[in-house]
Amino acid sequence: MAHASQKSLFDAALLGPACINAVTKLDPRQMVKNPVMFVVEVVAAFTTLLFVRDVVAGGQNLAFTGQIILWLWFTVLFANFAEAVAEGRGKAQAESLRRTRTETTAKLLTGAAALPGGPRDAHRVVPGPDLKVGDVVLVEAGDLIPSDGEVIEGVASVNEAAITGESAPVIRESGGDRSAVTGGTQVLSDWIRVRITAAAGSTFIDRMIALVEGAARQKTPNEIALNILLAGLTIVFVFAVGSIPSFASYAGGAIPMTVLVALFVTLIPTTIGALLSAIGIAGMDRLVRFNVLAMSGRAVEAAGDVDTLLLDKTGTITLGNRQATAFRPVRGVTAEALADAAQLASLADETPEGRSIVVLAKEQYGIRARDMASLAATFVPFTAQSRMSGIDLDGSSIRKGAVEAVIASLESAPVPIATGATARALHPRLDMVAAQEIRAIAEEIAKAGGTPLAVARDGQLLGVVHLKDIVKGGIRERFAELRRMGIRTVMITGDNPMTAAAIAAEAGVDDFLAQATPEDKLALIRKEQAQGKLVAMCGDGTNDAPALAQADVGVAMNTGTVAAREAGNMVDLDSDPTKLIEIVEIGKQLLMTRGALTTFSIANDVAKYFAIIPAMFLAFYPQLQTLNVMGLASPQSAILSAIIFNALIIVALIPLALKGVRYRAVGAAALLRRNLLVYGLGGILVPFVGIKLIDLAVTALHLA
Amino acid sequence: MTLIGWIQIALYCAVVLALVKPLGLYMTRVFTGERTLLSPVLGPVERGLYRLAGLDERQEQHWLAYAGAMVVFHILGFLVLYGILRLQAVLPLNPADQSAVAPDLAFNTSASFITNTNWQSYGGESTLSYLSQMLGLTHQNFLSAASGMAAAVALIRGFSRASTRTLGSFWVDLTRATLYVLLPLCIVYTLFLVWQGIPQTLGASVDATTLEGAKQTIALGPVASQVAIKLLGTNGGGFFNANAAHPFENPTALANFVQMVSIFAIGAALTNVFGRMVGDERQGWAILAAMGVLFIAGVAVTYWAEAAGTPLLHGLGLEGGNLEGKEVRFGIVGSALFAVITTAASCGAVNAMHDSFTALGGMIPLINMQLGEIIVGGVGAGLYGMLIFVVVAIFVAGLMVGRTPEYLGKKIEAKEVKMAMLGILCLPLMMLGFTALATVLPAGLAGPANAGPHGFSEILYAYTSAAANNGSAFAGLSANTLFYNSTLALAMLVGRFFVKIPALAIAGSLAAKKTVPASAGTFPTHGGLFVGLLVGVIVIIGGLTFFPALALGPIVEHLAGQAGQTFATGG
Repeated sequence: MAHASQKSLFDAALLGPACINAVTKLDPRQMVKNPVMFVVEVVAAFTTLLFVRDVVAGGQNLAFTGQIILWLWFTVLFANFAEAVAEGRGKAQAESLRRTRTETTAKLLTGAAALPGGPRDAHRVVPGPDLKVGDVVLVEAGDLIPSDGEVIEGVASVNEAAITGESAPVIRESGGDRSAVTGGTQVLSDWIRVRITAAAGSTFIDRMIALVEGAARQKTPNEIALNILLAGLTIVFVFAVGSIPSFASYAGGAIPMTVLVALFVTLIPTTIGALLSAIGIAGMDRLVRFNVLAMSGRAVEAAGDVDTLLLDKTGTITLGNRQATAFRPVRGVTAEALADAAQLASLADETPEGRSIVVLAKEQYGIRARDMASLAATFVPFTAQSRMSGIDLDGSSIRKGAVEAVIASLESAPVPIATGATARALHPRLDMVAAQEIRAIAEEIAKAGGTPLAVARDGQLLGVVHLKDIVKGGIRERFAELRRMGIRTVMITGDNPMTAAAIAAEAGVDDFLAQATPEDKLALIRKEQAQGKLVAMCGDGTNDAPALAQADVGVAMNTGTVAAREAGNMVDLDSDPTKLIEIVEIGKQLLMTRGALTTFSIANDVAKYFAIIPAMFLAFYPQLQTLNVMGLASPQSAILSAIIFNALIIVALIPLALKGVRYRAVGAAALLRRNLLVYGLGGILVPFVGIKLIDLAVTALHLA
Repeated sequence: MTLIGWIQIALYCAVVLALVKPLGLYMTRVFTGERTLLSPVLGPVERGLYRLAGLDERQEQHWLAYAGAMVVFHILGFLVLYGILRLQAVLPLNPADQSAVAPDLAFNTSASFITNTNWQSYGGESTLSYLSQMLGLTHQNFLSAASGMAAAVALIRGFSRASTRTLGSFWVDLTRATLYVLLPLCIVYTLFLVWQGIPQTLGASVDATTLEGAKQTIALGPVASQVAIKLLGTNGGGFFNANAAHPFENPTALANFVQMVSIFAIGAALTNVFGRMVGDERQGWAILAAMGVLFIAGVAVTYWAEAAGTPLLHGLGLEGGNLEGKEVRFGIVGSALFAVITTAASCGAVNAMHDSFTALGGMIPLINMQLGEIIVGGVGAGLYGMLIFVVVAIFVAGLMVGRTPEYLGKKIEAKEVKMAMLGILCLPLMMLGFTALATVLPAGLAGPANAGPHGFSEILYAYTSAAANNGSAFAGLSANTLFYNSTLALAMLVGRFFVKIPALAIAGSLAAKKTVPASAGTFPTHGGLFVGLLVGVIVIIGGLTFFPALALGPIVEHLAGQAGQTFATGG
């Protein structure tokens, strides 16, 4: 959907339904959610009743009163129209999503067949919506994945165009960080065994539909506060206008109800009141078109407020993954022996680094890939605590990992790995000389910005694999921009401090967290938050989940695990961590648009006073003609022009509300100066010109 | 307008500015409980008072407890004052044998003095005994001012503290404001005023025989002490009916100048206390600058309008400025400046009759009060009133930097906006609502001395002055009636407590929040841009509400006057 649906602001296909919606939204039960426009509707209905009475009883000035009432209704309709247009764009996207959620069937596996490695043909075909959480299904080439789930066995290429709009297939496989599959996407090749993690109606696509349609839209904290301000201003003007009849009667005159209502409606902040919800919906929509799904408007607002950005080094700051580029053995070990051990330790290691070691070993020394099963080897997976992985085979144990982690493991309790003749290995002694040498090599690699990976076999240090990072082009400029926005960037990496420092300096980040465990990450977020800062981060692995949940803005990668996707408050469908920067900009844009239109709306009042006040009191205080600085033709044309301007400005500003005020990373002071000039000063001046022009038109057309 | 007039205005501003820093530093030390020059003398007294009251000075209060203590304190103060006024005939120190004050007038006067308004529906020398003046009024002059300062300091703590539930102790703040700030300043100030010729005696009035042989009664009393606090505490209630226009309340040019300075002194210095306590003095200067811009604009208009005079009199061959209702001793600039200061600062003392100002000259005092007395304002009240506008200004425009609004590291959210709007709403409700009532009810219409727009201005001025807790009168309005006494009292109470309590609520909410460190993305609130923004929001939100009323009062009167029209008297 997303990329393709870059619809123009006023798509003809959207305008029709929006017009209809504008009318159906007149339902007071819906209007009451928007206090300012609800008040306008109430006074419009009230004056309409008075008008009907006057028509029946035969009153004066009916044409004028009728026009005022007409424009009051237009004011409400224009507001509804703005909201309907904003929603319409989301609805169109929801439609295309719904089409992908057509009735699916699922191949349910039960009993032994549900376990990894179980038989695949013993499945039963059931309707997709009947699946429960925890069911295991088989999905084969050509099948639609029936619901959200986690791959527990197999590798398959999956077409996720339905949610990402990207037609290139992606790989989904068991284990690791790419195990999550989304209901409604299609398996193109191979097969996978999937454990269902979401019940019908609460899948990812369901939530997406609810979000883009605005059905699940709740007012954000800032919107609530702004609504209070607008309601307060409305009440202030109730006092200002409500006291006028008494004042007029003191002066020996009377003001028609329609004129009072016209003054009141033009003074209350209808412009921002009308556009407020459209701004919010459009903000979410901008994210969706950017292929990011925010689970709440609150998250989008928080994005604008972010003070600290935690960025994973890999994939965000550096290109893709580290690649092994050299084997650096310690004295007395051949490079080939090191390559052999490193390759063995990496056989079952599915990480890109692990694979690159296997590739390098084959390229440089022609060591061929071996089969784990035939070696009768046991894989020792990487854990965040041990920070090592490896293999146990044939009474021998090979470990690779961060240099300090490997050395530390050798310093601590020996691992019993064999008996009898190989008893030597029962008491692995840390060879201090080798350790020193390893550290020297590691430092050399680290200083060059590379990552050293130590390899040890049976307690003996063999050498170091040199892994290299490549910093993405243009990232330095992005960080400079963020700094101008007042956002501090922190690079998170598992690398040792020296490597991290080298890359941090190259990329231009403000700070880095080296040798980061998930606990460190969480602690860093808490520390920043304790200082009152808002933290944004992105992550994909299960071990990122706590940090994602703790961060104020947690962007989970769509390729990530189910746990990560649940923990974050945004999901990036393109799985591009660099997007965090754009997300922040979109959040800022949303807040700026709100502020700009509020300022504009309030500043407008100056001109409206000058249009209506002299017109209103002219009958008994002709001296007030001096205040008619715009030189409006007659009292009636002045009042009519003001109310027409007030209604038309809503329509005129819909594009701005939907597109948003452009954010420039120039620092807060410069930004404020510019916006105050455009929307504050502009807000004072524009209506003087606008009302005058409308007055000329109204007079030319003999409307008043 | 004359050069010497402008020099006088400039000199005034310079003297006030020069006092801001030293007084600000002193008060900061007082309210943060640090040692000051006077601690050796006053420290034991302070501690003695706490021991007497059984108060632990380290016991801080939640905002609700703070506000509760303040309300209880004022209710008790109200009852005592009401009692004294009603019983003054039987109480001592009544050499002129004044009778008991009528119930509605006693109610109005009590409300007036506990709210720091000092609206006087009566003539002091002809209504009150010395006991009522000293124990009743002067006493409240101190305490209502101290209570305003306490609320301001509590709000400042809301900004300066983080992640805490307490705002300090109302009792401690009240005691310190009175003991360390108001009392010592007043003692010195009273001595100065006595030197200038203001009487300070408990003796009865003096009878004199004039040159024509007529007998004249010259009222005397403990005047100097009450004048000192009336100005320093921005109370404004005069000892005499003529207030600062009376030669015994304002005898010399020097006394007049010092009196004007003393009106602004504490209010202006509180902005510095604010800056110091939030850790950035520039923040205080920015607030003061916004006040200064509005002040200078007001002075310029009033001085110009008064110096220009009225075309009607010019037509009669009376060239020059408008001297009607002004003391020739002070002249046009001295009167215009005093009028703007006293209405900007919620003081209400007058050295000229505002009713006799030109239409535009009299409109500025009206606008000053309608904005909510935030141009320096009442002691404490001016600062917390201004900070309420800051909350609104920051909320509206702060979004435009692309962050949810924050001021001094505090996020401005729904609760703060709600309370700020409550504080802003109650003023137009009282000022416009009661004016609307008085302009249609016979009881209200009986009040003004003039017909037409000027009579309207008289009513509007009365409710504006009451709700803004200013207390100055436009004169011309006969306000000592059941209707005016009770409605004005209500306006004073609402105008005081429905701003003060929301301000404390904001303080409580802010104190509980974390302080976000400033960055390049934060809206800078110490520069000219912020000052301009704040002034704009005050004028548009605070001022435009009153545009219809002003158009029907001073504006139309001015336009008519320019065209040579008058409105029939009577009324």
